[in-house]
Amino acid sequence: MTDIALNPAAPASARPARRDIGLKRRYAAERRFKLYGITAIAIGLFFLVALMYSVFSNGYTAFWQTEVNLAINLDPKIIDPDNKRATDPNVLLTANYPILARNALAEKLGVPTTNKPAMRELGKLFSEGVRGQLRELVVANPSLIGTTQSVWVLTGADIDSAFKGQIDLTVDQTRRKVSDQQVEWMNKLKGEGAMSQRFNTGLFTYGASSRPETSGLGVALIGSLYMMLIVLCLSLPIGVAASIYLEEYAKKSRLTDIIEVNINNLAAVPSIVFGLLGLAVFINFFHMPRSASLVGGMVLTLMTLPTIIIATRAALRAVPPSIRAAALGVGASKTQMVFHHVLPLAAPGILTGTIIGLAHALGETAPLLLIGMVAFVANAPVTPLDPSTALPVQIYMWANEAERAFVERTSGAIIVLLIFLAVMNITAIILRRRFERRW
Amino acid sequence: MSIFMVLVIVMAIATAGYFIGRQRAVSKEGGNVKPHSLPHYHGWWVFLASALPAVLFIAVWAAATGVYLERSAIAELPTRTADTVIASQSLELGMVSGIARGLDRLSDAERANLPQTFAELQPLLASKGVALATEGQDYMIPIAVEWNRNTAWASSVGGIVAIVLALAGAVFGLSGVNVRARARNNVERIILGALIAASGIAILTTIGIILSMLFQTITFFQSVSPSTFFFGTVWDPRFAAAGSGGSQGQFGLVPLLAGTLYIAFVAMLFAVPVGLFAAIYMAEYASRSVRSVVKPLLEVLAGIPTIVYGFFALVTVGPFLRDLSAALSGGYAFIQAQSVLTAGIVMGVMLIPFVSSLSDDIITAVPGSLRDGSLGLGSTKSETIRRVVLPAALPGIVGALLLTASRAIGETMIVVLAAGVAANLNINPFEAMTTITVKIVNQLTGDLEFNSPQTLVAFALGLTLFFITLAMNIFALYIVRKYREQYE
Repeated sequence: MTDIALNPAAPASARPARRDIGLKRRYAAERRFKLYGITAIAIGLFFLVALMYSVFSNGYTAFWQTEVNLAINLDPKIIDPDNKRATDPNVLLTANYPILARNALAEKLGVPTTNKPAMRELGKLFSEGVRGQLRELVVANPSLIGTTQSVWVLTGADIDSAFKGQIDLTVDQTRRKVSDQQVEWMNKLKGEGAMSQRFNTGLFTYGASSRPETSGLGVALIGSLYMMLIVLCLSLPIGVAASIYLEEYAKKSRLTDIIEVNINNLAAVPSIVFGLLGLAVFINFFHMPRSASLVGGMVLTLMTLPTIIIATRAALRAVPPSIRAAALGVGASKTQMVFHHVLPLAAPGILTGTIIGLAHALGETAPLLLIGMVAFVANAPVTPLDPSTALPVQIYMWANEAERAFVERTSGAIIVLLIFLAVMNITAIILRRRFERRW
Repeated sequence: MSIFMVLVIVMAIATAGYFIGRQRAVSKEGGNVKPHSLPHYHGWWVFLASALPAVLFIAVWAAATGVYLERSAIAELPTRTADTVIASQSLELGMVSGIARGLDRLSDAERANLPQTFAELQPLLASKGVALATEGQDYMIPIAVEWNRNTAWASSVGGIVAIVLALAGAVFGLSGVNVRARARNNVERIILGALIAASGIAILTTIGIILSMLFQTITFFQSVSPSTFFFGTVWDPRFAAAGSGGSQGQFGLVPLLAGTLYIAFVAMLFAVPVGLFAAIYMAEYASRSVRSVVKPLLEVLAGIPTIVYGFFALVTVGPFLRDLSAALSGGYAFIQAQSVLTAGIVMGVMLIPFVSSLSDDIITAVPGSLRDGSLGLGSTKSETIRRVVLPAALPGIVGALLLTASRAIGETMIVVLAAGVAANLNINPFEAMTTITVKIVNQLTGDLEFNSPQTLVAFALGLTLFFITLAMNIFALYIVRKYREQYE
């Protein structure tokens, strides 16, 4: 305050000169200070934009996958050379389907099938996943054998990247993953309209795979869905019950004090510690299955519980005491007062808090790594006891893969996750705006 | 009789009890005496009296059966000798229960002439969809048969007792239905009990965290002395093959702790000025409309999962810093893609909204009269903020910063992807360092066995982390509580 203190040594004249209180300097400082604030906000927003841009520019292409249309002749001589399919069902399961696709492609491009090196190059144009695709087609309808079917087949990951322009084609062909010959074929097919980008449904249905083009979020989405259901079913009732006790029933005592401090501390415990708890207690002590979404859901429940309790208590506290007094006054018991009057009025706040807690749980990765959800799960889990992964864990696993196509998939998966989170948070905001009540 | 079946029967009895109880209460109304409770309270009381003891019994019985089965199986296993093939008793037990589960799926005819050797049994069970470990032994088969017999016995006895309990409870509840019976109070007492139990879960979680980690840590300290753990400067756990035990790794906490604190420090160095100035601007300068746009936008940063930040660091920030340093020095990239700086900056971005929204709340809570007084004396706005508002808000801000720092220390996914795994002890922020959380993840992902120091060390690390963050949180709460009154 010394700057603005009156200066007693100021000359006292008839028309006093303006005292120099350093206004210029101080206003400059004022502007600088304000600028710091604006810069800080700009830095924060810049990183938000950079992060979003990095994710979306890398990831939006993941929703389209390059496919090639082939007229595949389901030749019985190749599928079933010994003509035993009537007696041995394994014939159709183990047949060499990729050969069919390769021959179809060779025919389309006019490459003689006797040209072995060219055929090898050709075989890399489409994905190995064609085996499963054609097998499903034939097993479901064996009468197709011998006919020619027009099928959209996934291209290999490298061709997909090249088609999307993500591989620099100007460098020498020995230093990139697609050869000039393949690029030439690719452009030819593109010109004919036989190769194009189609919506990538596989991203949402496939399970884990070592090939980028046939790996997807199917298992992870189911796992995350199970976990969210478990978190909702466990943490909402337990959280609301605990808050009601602490807010409405508990008298101030040593015990309730301990519970309060405890809940506040649990809210700040690093999430990975909950993973250690789950590993030691649920898996090692209770022998629950590893990698199961049940265990994941329970760990996330314990992690979300403090958030929900804190939100619920705030919502209960916001209900004015007059409502309670009125209910008690007309003869309701305490339990009736809470469950018939206070709880319904607090419901929007509780719901908002729950959704935000769920959104938090959906994005949590670290505890799930410890309970074995980092698993290569190819088949969709049927029950919450089956091995599965979760959306953020899948992102983590893909982030560790080196191939370019996995970077794209990772970003695509992040976009899916962010969309889920955005929907949940916006729902919470709308609920709050719509039902928020001020007394 | 499966547990599920028994539960369904118990619930059916209890539900029937609810309706009969309510009906009875209705039929007893209408006299001169005013009924004490509404009819449905009588119904609920019968329901609870019937279902609650039975369900509790089922839970206890199931747990006890599991323990009993393991005990009796262990008693029958041959004594372990030096040349026992299977590495541990728990592994043996797992195989026996696996065989038992497989035998359960066989038809009666197959079970009648069961193969006596494991080699014959394995393909049979595999055809039923039960894959068994290859080193199963012949002696396990009779134990597994015995296991199944005991299971069947226990579940039928338990089921019958549970159903009898449910019936007895229903009869007891129904016999008490009376005009003046205090059914509502009984039901409310049980509700209160449930509420108390729910809030007890918070305490149970904490106790569970501490105990579970403590036990594993104590086991760890039996093979590695605490002093070499806490003061060791070399981290080299050396994944030993199961059972070999020959090579003993080195478990020094110091490099991990140093990395953790260093990265958290860099993150705070970035997040505190940015977050604090953003909060000051939004609380003191920004107009309502700017605030209503910028504040939610900054809070979006807090809602983004940490794995996304980790990926951002891995794919964008790390390579950018590496290329930048290469461009600056003309070829040699002195900043590694995975480095303290990368992890610190990205973690700092994540922390900005924590710092800014916590400080925003605290700054707005400083009473307006203090500002008015300062402005009235002629100070500019920034002088008011620096000399009046911030000192008033300081304890709260320090508390908020401590909470943020504890979050930085416990953060996992960013450092897993951006900080590297090499446990170096250096002060160059451009090199990779590693943190406690990274090592917990490293030690516990993949195949693991629960009795090697290589995995148990993760629990010792977790306990250390838990206590560091706990101390910071408690200290933060203490500061906030102690100085809060001063300006109110």
